[in-house]
Amino acid sequence: MTDANKLGPRTNIKGFTAHHSFRLGNHAIAKTEEAGNFLTELADAFLFTVRVIRETFSGGFEFKEFLFQCFQVGYKSLPLISVTGIIMGLVLTIQSRPVLVDFGAVTKLPGMVAVSLIREMGPVITALICAGKIGSGMGAELGSMKVTEQIDAMEVSSTNPIKFLVVTRVLAATLMIPLLILFADGLGVMGSWAGANIKGDVSFVLFFSQAFSHVHFMDLLPAVVKSFFFGGIIGLVGCYKGYNAGRGTESVGIAANSAVVLASLLVIVVDMIAVQITDMLK
Amino acid sequence: MMSTIQPRAKSNETLPTGGSEPVIEISGLKKSFGQQEVLKNVSLKLFNGENLVVLGKSGSGKSVLIKCIVGLLNADAGTINVFGKDVNGISRKELTPLRQKIGFLFQSGALYDSMTVRQNLEFPMKRMKKDIKDKDLEDKIKEVLENVGLAEALDKMPSQLSGGMRKRISLARTIVVDPMIMLYDEPTTGLDPITSGEISSLIMDVQKKYKTSSIIITHDIKCARSTANRVIMLAEGEILKEGKIEDFENSTDPFIKSFFE
Repeated sequence: MTDANKLGPRTNIKGFTAHHSFRLGNHAIAKTEEAGNFLTELADAFLFTVRVIRETFSGGFEFKEFLFQCFQVGYKSLPLISVTGIIMGLVLTIQSRPVLVDFGAVTKLPGMVAVSLIREMGPVITALICAGKIGSGMGAELGSMKVTEQIDAMEVSSTNPIKFLVVTRVLAATLMIPLLILFADGLGVMGSWAGANIKGDVSFVLFFSQAFSHVHFMDLLPAVVKSFFFGGIIGLVGCYKGYNAGRGTESVGIAANSAVVLASLLVIVVDMIAVQITDMLK
Repeated sequence: MMSTIQPRAKSNETLPTGGSEPVIEISGLKKSFGQQEVLKNVSLKLFNGENLVVLGKSGSGKSVLIKCIVGLLNADAGTINVFGKDVNGISRKELTPLRQKIGFLFQSGALYDSMTVRQNLEFPMKRMKKDIKDKDLEDKIKEVLENVGLAEALDKMPSQLSGGMRKRISLARTIVVDPMIMLYDEPTTGLDPITSGEISSLIMDVQKKYKTSSIIITHDIKCARSTANRVIMLAEGEILKEGKIEDFENSTDPFIKSFFE
């Protein structure tokens, strides 16, 4: 008898049967398909981005629609961003104050809050809020236009839908989201002043001069630069998901949802990269 | 039903009832989506001034056919000559002047939700006729709205319109740029019989008033009866039969008979 025969039938070697082998095969095929789909989506997204960039610089800019989208993205987001900004500063101050009091460093509070808001919290939290509001809005709007053949109708009306719908939205988001972030930063510092006055008495002028004396150009510049990337990503992802939505009404919800998820994830990833680059440059 | 499908009759391939000049000439058109072959080998002609009705079951490739004509889909093989120019695979720049001669009425109407009726009608006009004066634009919009019987809907939003009204406004948006060819994608789908009849009458009015040549995609036999100069039946991506509506009504083919019963 050979060694293999001594171990018994082949199918029972270490409990691994033909059934297990079949299931493993199916699992491997499913995983391969998933990986294939992911790569296809990645390639589609890349081609879409290239097309948007090409159409942006190919002339015939839809200026009126761009202004309208700036109004939609910027002005219509102001109430939400205002509330978020104020609460951000207020909460940060209320949470940090007791610790700073313990260390006898309460005078550093305005500077600490301002630097935290401008460098990190303002851009990231505002971008995440914008991913939810603006990214999902673009995904749902373009998705429903796709489902109801409005994009096709635009195409046959001698209008380039990428130029009219996508380029204008992406540029509006790229321009408006950094402005919203700066606006939220400013309101955040005001919220912080309000928070500091709950348990103390600090004058507005003193608080602001204290806050901004700690903020340097190299705190502001990287934050503003990454804000433009956040805006571009939110606009691009929202438009990509909406423009490539399926044909059923269900796909509108999927487009809106996946736009928020992907845009939020990319904002976090880009922020991590931006922090690393800023750190290396210092 | 599969076995009842017969090859297309070879004799007298086309039965022109309008002018003798073909405005659209399709030859050997093939289109697949993945493994699914939607159009296998379609050849047809649309003659000047005629209404050509394309009948067929859902999924037989009717809508794909007209989307290939207007360049919304690229055909895999074959030629689609519109006014003598092959639209298959040409650039957007070359396609634009041809699209200005073609009106496309979408199945869903495809009115822009965020725009009023006036803005919906202005949109194609301002893009296709860039030098048009405001007065001429206003007059044209009023004219087409009166033609579809909805002059009072000028400042309404699409969400304020019924299904039939949306179809009419969509038709108005299509004819506002004076197209020479009209492509109707299931113009009466989802409408009640009275409104369907009104839309069919409008299609005839458009043909007479604007001297258009039309392809009407439908599976509404009433609409086909009232609008067709000539009929083509598509089945499984191929032309099953071509002729006048009477030829179809008198056909002994069980598949065609089932359509007309």
